Amino acid sequence: MTLNTAPTATAVRQVPQVTNPKRRKGKSAYPYWFYLPAAVIYTALFLVPTVVSFFFSLTRWNLNEFTFIGLDNFVQFFQEPALIKGLTNTFIYGIVTSVLKVVLGMLLAVLLTSQIIARGYLRSVMFFPVLLSSIGVGIVFTALMDPRNGMINEGLAAIGIQGPAWLTDPAWALLSVALVDVWKGVGLATVIYIAGIVSIPQEYFEAAKMDGASSFKSFFNITLPLARPATATVIILSLIGGLRSFDLIWAMTKGGPGFTSDVIASVIYKQYQAGFYGLSTAGNVVLFLIVTAIVLPLSMFLNRKEVEQ
Amino acid sequence: MAASSKQRWAALAGGVTVLALALTGCSGGSNTANGDEKTITWLVDNAENTVAAAEKVAEEFTAANPGIKVEVETRPQGGDGDNIVKTRLSTGDMADVFNYNTGSLLQQINPEQNLQPITNEPYLSNITESFKPVVTSGSEVYGVPFSTGMAGAVLYNKKVYEKLGLSVPKTWDEFMDNSRKIKNAGIAPIIQSYQTTWTSQLFVLGDFANVVTEDPNFPADYTANKAKFATNAAAVKGFEHLEEAGKAGLFNEDFASTTYQQAQDMLINGEGAQYPILSFALNNIKVTYPDKLNDLGLFPLPGDDASKNKLTVWMPGGTYIPKSSKNMEEAKKLQAFIASKAGCDAQTAAVGAAGPYLVKDCELPSDVPDAVKDMLPYFEDEAKNSPALEFLSPVKGPALEQITVEVGSGIRSAKDGAALYDEDVKKQAKQLNLPGWN
Repeated sequence: MTLNTAPTATAVRQVPQVTNPKRRKGKSAYPYWFYLPAAVIYTALFLVPTVVSFFFSLTRWNLNEFTFIGLDNFVQFFQEPALIKGLTNTFIYGIVTSVLKVVLGMLLAVLLTSQIIARGYLRSVMFFPVLLSSIGVGIVFTALMDPRNGMINEGLAAIGIQGPAWLTDPAWALLSVALVDVWKGVGLATVIYIAGIVSIPQEYFEAAKMDGASSFKSFFNITLPLARPATATVIILSLIGGLRSFDLIWAMTKGGPGFTSDVIASVIYKQYQAGFYGLSTAGNVVLFLIVTAIVLPLSMFLNRKEVEQ
Repeated sequence: MAASSKQRWAALAGGVTVLALALTGCSGGSNTANGDEKTITWLVDNAENTVAAAEKVAEEFTAANPGIKVEVETRPQGGDGDNIVKTRLSTGDMADVFNYNTGSLLQQINPEQNLQPITNEPYLSNITESFKPVVTSGSEVYGVPFSTGMAGAVLYNKKVYEKLGLSVPKTWDEFMDNSRKIKNAGIAPIIQSYQTTWTSQLFVLGDFANVVTEDPNFPADYTANKAKFATNAAAVKGFEHLEEAGKAGLFNEDFASTTYQQAQDMLINGEGAQYPILSFALNNIKVTYPDKLNDLGLFPLPGDDASKNKLTVWMPGGTYIPKSSKNMEEAKKLQAFIASKAGCDAQTAAVGAAGPYLVKDCELPSDVPDAVKDMLPYFEDEAKNSPALEFLSPVKGPALEQITVEVGSGIRSAKDGAALYDEDVKKQAKQLNLPGWN
């Protein structure tokens, strides 16, 4: 199957490559200086800092001067004791949040595209947490998750369950933050899935019904495969989000207790805060490379599958 | 055709670069000076006590120097505040006068380059000799003390001690004995507040006077990369004590989620008996529990030898003038005022005194809290105190508070924690380009 279709996929891609040079020679409908405002902002706020940060990651600098030290920062960064922990935590966090967002987002989307009461209202309610500020959410949940006086544990105590110390137990801290991240982010995944499911032609479902397929069957054989572009988008967005997650973790645990919920971004931030600018620049370069190395192949893989269907 | 297109792209690229440079550049602010009245700015951290004291000092200063108004600006505390200070200094945008840490943290803002030396100013003679080293870099002095000296020690509830018939411990063993007795009485013996992470460091930082007693060369060796916390028998004890107390179950039950403020509430209400903390907590307690302030006493973190019982003291922060100040004369007048009896009195009137001043002739009011009175004998006799390590060595790692949280919570052993901290300080030493570390 894959062998048969793979060449088609490349063939499809080659076509625009052939036509591209032709199009480039043709005159654009707009003068070049129309690009200027966007180019200036993009260059000043993105290109220049990116290139400059690659240079400064090779130096030890403060705000006044710098010394070129080659790859020392990278050596130091990889020796960082909190790094391994941060790296593992980053992956755990990224995977836990994106898996949960995919599963819950899909289920909620199926629910919210079916004929239920107050569908429009429920859709808005679902999306509402996405609009909140991460810091605000973090502070509210820190209060809710307080082991003694927090509403969550008091609620659990009322039904006879002794809740864990969500944010201060080393075994729970990272997971608790990940759960809050899912609560906050699942709305976006749901909306993407709703769009994906709504765009599936109704005829498929009708035909399946005529053939006597159960709702389970039509979900697994129609909805799930045809919503694959939506799945790809959700996975990529939440994985990128998870890998560079910082704000929620910082607001809720600051990487603590100790280093137990540190992720790469919080390790880097703490280095920056301590004034080790060269070291933290090197860390950011590493983070940039890691995210690119994971997301680029993943996005290529998911998009290739998309062509296959 | 192709050539003209290339030119156009070149022009576009050029334009983008110029605009990008313009966008990334910054513009400096300017100070207002109109006629005979001058206004100078003074940047302080936003702690309630600091702002109240600074505003009172500013008011008294204007009364004594008519024609000079002082506008007090605030910045956040902690790391964010440090970044603001560093950024404003390097962009030449600093207030005319500003408060900042003394000791190792002062080295991080490049005093030689950024600050106005005041070594030859007459008002420097008002300052206690012991304070000068912590505001000195190279051969120049840069700052005057703002606020009072403090101690890193144990605040204890005297009523609990009286009720259980305990006496102030002079050695670590006595301290542990007391703590066990307190635990048996159903009171939390040692309060820890790991939700506010910096408070976890006191077992290590406050033990430093005991380290110097056993090994007087430790600060110098430590700066020269010759002594380490993990391998120095005296230095590792702070970590070990923390581990021991945590393992013995002597902390309050919810130490992991307790905040600095809650810890003070527990101490003053007698739910907890002893709290190793910086004595500036007294300032805060004075505001929240003015009538119960004298229920508290203070003793140094005990070491092994009762006869060498010593207090670890913290120098107050300093008030500095940046080289970029356009009102140098007026700024120096304000510094001189802060380093005078009138300056101390203004601070005492605003917030009281949580320790001795480091300005000569300054007197403490007769109604100082009992815990401060407990501290004074140690301050008065030089043999009975030692400055904390951060005033004797520029080497200070940023992760100590996370490490001590882990050691106290039993996540990491004392030995591992000390070794990890030794790793952590390497980064600071390298950033400062200290000899012997690269």
